[in-house]
Amino acid sequence: MKFSASSLFANALSGHKKWPEQFPNKEPKKRYDIVIVGAGGHGLGAAYYLAKKYGISNIAVIEKCWLGGGNTARNTTIIRSNYLFDESTAIYDHAVDLWDGLSQELNYNTMFSKRGVLMLAHNVHDVQSFQRHVHANRLNGVDNKWLSPQECKKFLPILDISQNRHYPVMGGALQMRAGTARHDSVAWGYARAASQLGVDIIQNCAVTGIRRSKDGAVKGVETEKGFIAAGKIGVSAAGHSSTVMDMAGLRFPLESYPLQALVSEPVKPVLNCVVMSNAVHAYISQSDKGELVIGAGTDQYTSYSQRGALHILEHTLMSICEIFPIFKRMRMLRSWGGIVDVTPDRSPILGKTPIEGLYVNCGWGTGGFKATPGAADLFAYTIAHDEPHKINAPYNLDRFVTGRLIDEAAAAAVAH
Amino acid sequence: MFEVHCPYCNEKRPEIEFAYAGEAHIVRETKADELTDQEWAEFLFYRDNKRGDHHERWWHQHGCNMFFNAVRNTLTDKFVMTYKMGVKRPTKTQIKAAKNGK
Repeated sequence: MKFSASSLFANALSGHKKWPEQFPNKEPKKRYDIVIVGAGGHGLGAAYYLAKKYGISNIAVIEKCWLGGGNTARNTTIIRSNYLFDESTAIYDHAVDLWDGLSQELNYNTMFSKRGVLMLAHNVHDVQSFQRHVHANRLNGVDNKWLSPQECKKFLPILDISQNRHYPVMGGALQMRAGTARHDSVAWGYARAASQLGVDIIQNCAVTGIRRSKDGAVKGVETEKGFIAAGKIGVSAAGHSSTVMDMAGLRFPLESYPLQALVSEPVKPVLNCVVMSNAVHAYISQSDKGELVIGAGTDQYTSYSQRGALHILEHTLMSICEIFPIFKRMRMLRSWGGIVDVTPDRSPILGKTPIEGLYVNCGWGTGGFKATPGAADLFAYTIAHDEPHKINAPYNLDRFVTGRLIDEAAAAAVAH
Repeated sequence: MFEVHCPYCNEKRPEIEFAYAGEAHIVRETKADELTDQEWAEFLFYRDNKRGDHHERWWHQHGCNMFFNAVRNTLTDKFVMTYKMGVKRPTKTQIKAAKNGK
């Protein structure tokens, strides 16, 4: 079934009661060529690209809860690629390239909106650092331009650029190809497209172990629904990646922290782009529904509780009100915490592991959503070829031993 | 926000007085020049990231300024026990006893 104006019209006539199931929930077969652990955007996307690009459709995506219910549903949906280092721009810009045609490719509206990401500079250090980013981005073919305070005001009318503020706006870096997308529909779109290509999506089935043969290679996964044999296993479990890797006897350079975000009551359109501020420490956008979507940094301690401390949210909202005093009387409706797996250099690990047949896509920390299509595509390439693509080759596990870190932490936005 | 028992002040204080300081009981190798790159990587970067009872350091930054160790459950965020620096890593039995309030 294809979504189109005529299918919408036809289904309207039957009261929208005859739409077919989008992604049937399957019972696991005994054996798959590839098992992906974790049905978030990254895992489902990897299954889709494996089926679509490499013709491997005997794949299962196994999920502990429901698909797209982890960090895919627990982020602020910001998409951008204005990173400093060559390796980072390559991987994040690959994702932006794929975001661009994703709705058409999946025949599913991901609502990718290139509304622009404006990073505000409030002091001399910000100005110098952002201009350095703008130049580095330009050399890498990534759009990012420097705006004066007046140009910022013209682009974002509600911005107060008076210079007597505690944090005056001294300019901003604007990436116009950046923006937001609808997080759920990314997971649903990939799930539907992958299902149509023959991928089995198995929900509510936790992986409890990874079985290996005598020579060390993977044989399959132990799950709540029994053993499932697999030729290759791809782990895409975000905050729980180290828990899954532990089942294979691997220790990882990861720590899982809660990252909170919150949304306000919906209001009429007022904020036409994504705004980020390092110095004041928060980021904000307005969803198509009208809610302000707000986030900041992680909580300080490691946790799997999917909730964080109230004083972190208080700090986040204070920062937002500092930049936009007009939001002071907005009421917040919901807040949530996602568990983000953070690496020491704040860059992901995407590639092979020391175990034959075991692949990993983790460590995206606070910036995983924006990378979804790019990471999924590169993960599929890595699994299909048994070697990384040149874009994700630097993101190997070995870099923590060789010292070739991709230290974007120093170049981070608010919290990446 | 939760309350943390500082073993030096011997009282419960609000979380905002404290700073998290990473996994506990990671001992710096005295013969550093004999370590392989892999061992250095494990010392610097590899962590337990435990789902459950986690041994970790905390710093009473806005209080007595002392570092101490703690066992905290990362599923509930509840502190099981805190103890002074230099005290041996608690055993499973000790953790269980602390949970039962003994």
